[in-house]
Amino acid sequence: MFKRLHPETDDEITFDFEGTSISARPGDSVAAALLVANIDTFRETPVRGRPRGPFCMMGACFDCLMVIDGEANQQACQILVSDGIKVARQLGAAKIINDSETDDEL
Amino acid sequence: MSYDLIVIGAGPAGMAAATTASTGGAKVLLLDDQSTPGGQIYRAIETAKDAEAAILGDEYMAGQPIVRAFRAQGIDYVPDAVVWQVSEEREVGYSSGGRAKLISAPWVILATGAIERPFPIPGWTLPGVMMAGAAQTLLKSSGVAAEGAIFAGCGPLLYLVARQYLRAGVNIAAVVDTTPKANRMGALPHLPHALLRWDLLAKGRRWISEIRRSGTPLIQNATALKVIGDKAAQSLVYKTADVDWREIKATHIFLHQGIVPNVNLSMAAGLDHSWDNRQLCWRPLTDAWGCSSVSGIAVAGDGAGIGGGLAAEAGGQIAAIGVLSAVGKLDAQASRDQARRPRAQLAHEHHARPFLDAWFRPASDMRVPNEDTTIICRCEELTLKNIRDTIDIGLAGPNQLKSFCRAGMGPCQGRFCGLTVQELIARETKRPAALVGYYRLRPPIKPLRLEELANLAIDDLEGDDAGQDR
Amino acid sequence: MSGAYDAIIIGGGLLGSAIGFGLARQGLGCVILDEGDTAYRAARGNFGLVWVQSKGIGKPVYADWTMGSAELWPGFAQELTERTGIDISYYAPGGIEICLSEAEFDERAQKMASLTGHQNGRFSHQMLDRKAMMERLPGLGPDVVGGSFSPHDGHVGPLFLMRAMQRAFVDLDGVIRTDSRVHAIKRDGDGFSVETPGGTVTGGKVVLAAGLGNKALAPMVNLDQPVYPLKGQVLVTERMAPFLDMPTTHARQTGEGTILIGSSQEDVGFDLSSGPEVIKRIADRARRCFPVLSKARIVRTWAALRVMTPDGIPIYDQSETMPGAFAASCHSGVTLAATHAMTFAKYVADGHLGSELDGLSAGRFDV
Repeated sequence: MFKRLHPETDDEITFDFEGTSISARPGDSVAAALLVANIDTFRETPVRGRPRGPFCMMGACFDCLMVIDGEANQQACQILVSDGIKVARQLGAAKIINDSETDDEL
Repeated sequence: MSYDLIVIGAGPAGMAAATTASTGGAKVLLLDDQSTPGGQIYRAIETAKDAEAAILGDEYMAGQPIVRAFRAQGIDYVPDAVVWQVSEEREVGYSSGGRAKLISAPWVILATGAIERPFPIPGWTLPGVMMAGAAQTLLKSSGVAAEGAIFAGCGPLLYLVARQYLRAGVNIAAVVDTTPKANRMGALPHLPHALLRWDLLAKGRRWISEIRRSGTPLIQNATALKVIGDKAAQSLVYKTADVDWREIKATHIFLHQGIVPNVNLSMAAGLDHSWDNRQLCWRPLTDAWGCSSVSGIAVAGDGAGIGGGLAAEAGGQIAAIGVLSAVGKLDAQASRDQARRPRAQLAHEHHARPFLDAWFRPASDMRVPNEDTTIICRCEELTLKNIRDTIDIGLAGPNQLKSFCRAGMGPCQGRFCGLTVQELIARETKRPAALVGYYRLRPPIKPLRLEELANLAIDDLEGDDAGQDR
Repeated sequence: MSGAYDAIIIGGGLLGSAIGFGLARQGLGCVILDEGDTAYRAARGNFGLVWVQSKGIGKPVYADWTMGSAELWPGFAQELTERTGIDISYYAPGGIEICLSEAEFDERAQKMASLTGHQNGRFSHQMLDRKAMMERLPGLGPDVVGGSFSPHDGHVGPLFLMRAMQRAFVDLDGVIRTDSRVHAIKRDGDGFSVETPGGTVTGGKVVLAAGLGNKALAPMVNLDQPVYPLKGQVLVTERMAPFLDMPTTHARQTGEGTILIGSSQEDVGFDLSSGPEVIKRIADRARRCFPVLSKARIVRTWAALRVMTPDGIPIYDQSETMPGAFAASCHSGVTLAATHAMTFAKYVADGHLGSELDGLSAGRFDV
């Protein structure tokens, strides 16, 4: 499993992954923080419901799509962790209605 | 704000281009999708300390002066900016902080670097299977590494990352090398020229012997690979010319078989590309100054053809000198003079390239799978059989295929299936890959929210008839 | 002599594929001559509506022809799926045009009434107020004032449709030749010889179904096809969970879950401008219709060149001086696919066009 090369340094950030508190460091992508927490499966695919995790870590493959703070289809490898964010696996295609009921964009 | 030049990408080519152009008096904007400059190769270089330097090595630390010079120049630089369009009219569309903007300039330099070549083997979509570049990204930006992983494939980066792991004190379950033995014959004619860079060749040998000395199993001449697992990777099985399937347990498997120019933006911008049969990839057609077929758009760095970080730096400088000359900040003689040094650097970096390309040419069985159930298009989850069934209607090429079965229509937009599909069509229809062609790519080259488009801020494009419909 | 094929179809888009399939299922030996892989294709930009409402307002000939095709569609879709096993995602739950202002609503009501008027009860529709709209469509925004509903409408995956028609065509021993851009068509005895870069192809009949290419080809058989390109933009999202089962002219969710956003091809008052302003406007309108789509990710946009005729309705002709040469041009390749395969292809096989096409000859443009 993934581990930190410098475990002596403190983790300064905590965020929520499906109800579990995960600690991380500034500069970590959401993907990196989850991998260190031994979470390899980030989503289930829309077509066959198969598990997927981060693959390219450079924003090219779109396999690390997650629901972050309620918004689906976000690339966990491209978004840096920040205190208190809520992260969840994306199961299948992005939901439209459930997640946006309180939409006040207009 | 009006700019003479917009540079896209803050890797070595983009930073060098921006620095050179700005030093020469041009007003420059640099857009990059990471939060700090460096690109993939020098990712997180600004925060690298001695410990990282020891692990990541000189190749990585070579990025420090490039970033420092870039920072010192005080260039307008937008990090976390995702560029999703460059039009032939040089309208650059990008998103940053949830807002999309459109801005144009007389010149645009694309410095979008490289991506890893697809590696479509059975099981390559399982969680735990990643590209070797991903392992390196985790190492650079977070100091994170996977204990007991397997590195499989071919190419210098595979060995580089494995060595970085070992230097960091991380155990490797095995390195499985798929470099075809037969490549050696093809590489031989390029050897004399490559000896001009004996230092590079020697370095490669050192990496390999370091790996051997560490006691890490090194399996060579692997001819087939499969990742085994149901919900996640559990092991890699491999075959060589001598032994039948063997299994190595690992929950993390890093694949690599070379890098190719990241052409999604240059193709979507309408630049002419040609098939490079040596590097087995598409590259934009450029002249000696990096200028493309589209007026006002130049390409520099690995995005114009793989050459590595120092070649990219030189390429960025050359393209910027070309721009300075075009906008009247340098006369022809001065630009030739100024380009002399980077041209020499570029030549120096390219000496060993034909040899390396031939030596590490990935096996055709690793580029195009043979098993019906192997996934080719990761996004749309299309297998070899799905795609073959579509080809046999007698279709014209990758674009007809894309429209018939959705290969390449997912969010990655063909980045991890385009080359495979192209070579598969070539194999099935017995045509040269160059003639088969590639997906026609369209903006946005990265997904953006509907609301970002709806709120698009259009920065006074010469839109004379804007609003005529209202 | 009539040559190697019973019929040569020039053009492998939705129109040519439908006619080719229609001829092959009658037992004719056919070849489709198609261009290369990067040929411009209207089909790839098609929105996928099988659409009746507002088509042929003031032009009953076209309204009837469209309605006829919509009526043939269920059987056509079933036959294609049975023949090929390809799911073309055809659904006909009716369709809605969304109105974002009272003015739009009133104009729409007038148009629908006019269509219902000249269709003698064959066409039915309902104007829906905001409340009725909310019952039929999810996630509507506050700007939606109402809309028009027609039970005759539906949608289909246009690219799967094209693939299925070509698959069925090939399974019926039809031949598709790519990279075969046609240079010349010549009379050859009773039939025709058609010159392509790959050689000459001969056949008894020739059907021009080359979209915008018809303009240059038609004079070779003494026909006139005054078509011109009209640009339209379409945006498409990533796959989303099912949310919109009824097609609308501004957004529809495909069988695989992506949402197409654009202005449908039946829209009158085409947008002649192009570029970012247009995309912005289309995105803004879609967001006003469905604010829930604000965060949906657009993965592609593309400009489609529609095949337009001077009066916006199709042209069908057989050459008087070279009988056996037919031409068809239209911008509704999906809606009309069923009738192109089941009706028009019969006329081609029989050698004369049915009387319901009298008003759709290019002769109508001669003053």
